Amino acid sequence: MKGGKEHIPPRWANRLLEWYCRPDVLEDLQGDLHEYFDRNVESRGPRAARLRFVLDVLKFIRPYTVRKLEILNHITTTIMFKNYFKTSLRSIARNKLFSAINIVGLAISMSVCLLAITFITELKSYDRFHEDVDRMYRVNNSYQFLEEDANHFASTSIRVGKRIMEEVPGIESMVIMTRGFGGDAKVGDKTIPLNGVHTTEDFFDVFSFELLRGNPEEVLVEPHSIVLTDASAEKLFGEQDAMGQLIDMGGDTPYRVTGIVKKAPHHSHFKFESLVSFSTYEKARAKNPEQTWWMNWSNMWSNYVYMKLEEGVTQQEIEARLAPINDEENEKSDRVTIEASLQPVLNIVGGPDLSNQLGESIGAESIWIVTGLTFIVILSAGFNYTNLSIARSLRRAKEVGVRKVVGATKGQIFTQFIVEATIISMVALVLAYLLFFIIRPEFLNISPELQRMLLMESTPKVLLMFVGFAVLVGYLAGFFPAIFLSKLRAASVLKDVTSTKLFSKVNMRKVLIVTQFTLSLAFIIAASIGFKQYKYALAFDLGFETESVLNVRMEGNDPDMLTSAFEAIPEVEAISKSLMIPSVGNLYSSNAKFDDPSDSVSLYYNSVDENYLPLMKHRFLAGANFVKTASDKEEEVIIVNEQVLKRFNMGTPQDAIDKYLEVNDDKLRIVGVVEDFQYTTIQDGIECFAFRYNPDHYYMLNLKLNSTNLPATMDKLKAAWKEIDEVHEFDATFYDDRIQQAYSEFSVLFTVVGFLAFLTISIAALGLLGMGVYTAETRLKEISIRKVLGASEKSLVGLLARSFMWLLVISAAIAVPASYFLFDSVILADSVNRASIGFVELFAGVFIIFTIGFITIGSQTWKAAKSNPANTLRTE
Amino acid sequence: MKGTNLGEFEEVVLLTIAALISEAYSVAICDEIARVTGREVKLGVVHAVLNRLEKKGYVNSHLGEATKVRGGRRKRFFTVTHAGKVALTRVKQQRDQFWSIIPDFNLKMV
Repeated sequence: MKGGKEHIPPRWANRLLEWYCRPDVLEDLQGDLHEYFDRNVESRGPRAARLRFVLDVLKFIRPYTVRKLEILNHITTTIMFKNYFKTSLRSIARNKLFSAINIVGLAISMSVCLLAITFITELKSYDRFHEDVDRMYRVNNSYQFLEEDANHFASTSIRVGKRIMEEVPGIESMVIMTRGFGGDAKVGDKTIPLNGVHTTEDFFDVFSFELLRGNPEEVLVEPHSIVLTDASAEKLFGEQDAMGQLIDMGGDTPYRVTGIVKKAPHHSHFKFESLVSFSTYEKARAKNPEQTWWMNWSNMWSNYVYMKLEEGVTQQEIEARLAPINDEENEKSDRVTIEASLQPVLNIVGGPDLSNQLGESIGAESIWIVTGLTFIVILSAGFNYTNLSIARSLRRAKEVGVRKVVGATKGQIFTQFIVEATIISMVALVLAYLLFFIIRPEFLNISPELQRMLLMESTPKVLLMFVGFAVLVGYLAGFFPAIFLSKLRAASVLKDVTSTKLFSKVNMRKVLIVTQFTLSLAFIIAASIGFKQYKYALAFDLGFETESVLNVRMEGNDPDMLTSAFEAIPEVEAISKSLMIPSVGNLYSSNAKFDDPSDSVSLYYNSVDENYLPLMKHRFLAGANFVKTASDKEEEVIIVNEQVLKRFNMGTPQDAIDKYLEVNDDKLRIVGVVEDFQYTTIQDGIECFAFRYNPDHYYMLNLKLNSTNLPATMDKLKAAWKEIDEVHEFDATFYDDRIQQAYSEFSVLFTVVGFLAFLTISIAALGLLGMGVYTAETRLKEISIRKVLGASEKSLVGLLARSFMWLLVISAAIAVPASYFLFDSVILADSVNRASIGFVELFAGVFIIFTIGFITIGSQTWKAAKSNPANTLRTE
Repeated sequence: MKGTNLGEFEEVVLLTIAALISEAYSVAICDEIARVTGREVKLGVVHAVLNRLEKKGYVNSHLGEATKVRGGRRKRFFTVTHAGKVALTRVKQQRDQFWSIIPDFNLKMV
């Protein structure tokens, strides 16, 4: 150690020595080696010394230095298992209240976790039925207009499909599909709506859908070939053999059934009623050779390309080949950049949120939300277990002491308490599984999408995961108390229990309680804000009246025929026609210009007839309603809202009348100005909006009803509909119901979060109850003495409850500002119209929590305070 | 335990411990043997022998005080037990017996 610098032997070798060496030999051997090392540093230099040290460490691996294998210990542990099991059951049975609190709390939260496990496993099981699914990819497009943010689509262009087929090697098979086949299929005198996709002939090479009849190589080759699913074949042909039959879809050429495919499995992200050969689509396009749009790079809205790569080919290799194609194609367009990329088929369900999905998908976001929320709930219940176990450890300390004296090792004590926790969590699992069946339908009811996509079955795999999960929860919840108890020293515990530092953990317990109540409060506040927002949205004055308006989808029937049929029903007061229903989230827009040809603005619009505005009671500021004209006349008039006047500086409403607005190259005369009204959902502000008078564009009938007996009226309407259209269902919704649907996100928010709030509160309250009972029990003697000395019952309750109430105050102090900030600045920040977050929403939860907290704690402390001091002190 | 026989090296080590009195710990023993006999002694060998001697009951060991050298590790000092002394004496007696019956001339150096 001369020369100032201290050399030390290699740490890893030292570790190795410590690991293998018997403890009783270790110290002096290590010292010897160090001494030699120091000598060698001086005589041979640090490098050689290090090497020698390592060699020596290795050379000393000898029978007499190596630790005995601890196998013997393990055997004892296994033998002791039975004993652990028995004592655990006894201790659970002895502490009925605590065990019940733990089991119920765990069961409640575990049921939610079971839901999440089933949910995620099911999403992950999507599309696994395809052979070689790990080599299957879909081409996705991103669409970027100038420098705006890119939008991502699951669809792509036919062009990219064709180019990949020709230019990119390493692809085993691929298929191009185009949406848009569909209509009323006629077979004999039966008419049934039938939808499907156009697909190239390699469909069955890429996908593993089971072809029941027909040759997979040929079924999709000829134009006008159609492959039906067994379900749609039965619908169309009944018992008859569908193969080779003709289906009239209303075009020139009927379709020939060339194959029957088994209905897509439930866990396929993409489902279909029929497949039509792609050559049909190409042939139809070929009729107008001058139309080439469908082969454009930017025709990417309804086409899908799937491929199966050759073995060993990676996604990156194909994408590297795609890059030059992307660049080359994008060079031709100066405004739009469209990039094609690959997405693994397994990643479609539960992957990123994309527009234009071929089937349905649940995005990764919802998976994260579900996982996050359930994690919070299970954490809360886990806290309870930890908390109560530590609180009770005073009683178990003696048991641990005796076990240790008899010879139990730390590991054995640890195992014993883990076993106990696991037993509790297994019992909770059984209860949770029952609860799971109760909440499962509620979960599926949250959204129709979930209902369509999920079965939520308990497959053996899922059940196995449940058990694994329960064991994990038991382990984690029991970990801390087990560590804590196994560390106790036998001597000190047996001598005097109170002298052990049990209560050094008190702070941690307080933190746990505060965390639980903060979470519960945050959930309550979130739920009540969501509820208020929902009520606010429903009661919002839209600027027109929606009461008892029934919107009927026309399904392509003649509007006049429907109108006259419905008019015959006395309860129908008025009927109007429109393109769409405003205020529920849908928008149609076109470009509008006024004086300046370079200044264009997007103009949202609805096409309506002359009855619409009076029926909805829109308020005119100037001008008048549309006047009925012949239906084949060109569009020439328009009614605008105030924003249009402001945007183009048209002056007062009176001034604007008879000015011309250029909408999509048509000059339209302004005949009326209506007051601004909320045509989108209330989160968005009001911009330029217009009513157009365009008789070809009506899809909806709006019926104003005046009925005292709604079901009877609805039956009449249905009957009238059936007279005209036998194929389609009568699709009618009340306007107010549609608005409610449009704000379903809020109702989902408050039902889901409200439910979670309920869960966390019950769990937290259970935990608090446990702590209350414990405190009351352990301080019973103190209370009695205080009482003897003259303390009143009230002051005793105050004494015991005070510390708990403080914890609640702290949780409120954290939760209230945090959730206010979250809603005010994050979640609702973008919303233009929103309910203010008031005192009631923020503090109702606090009030509820305080009441619950006070009742649980108060009841226990009251019981303790009421007890007769003579009884408790006499037994001493 | 392999009987009470004392191997040659074991005897040397035992003698060294006795010679070093209260300073007998592994490294010192190595050095002393090397100094007296002039042969190179490996720590591993000495360590193994010490372990064996302790098992046979010829030496006792105890840990010394912690020092700053040796990475702060304590030394294990060895002392010869009564059984060890008996074994050493017996070996010496056996040798002496042989010496006493060997005629002088047979040992004359050539």
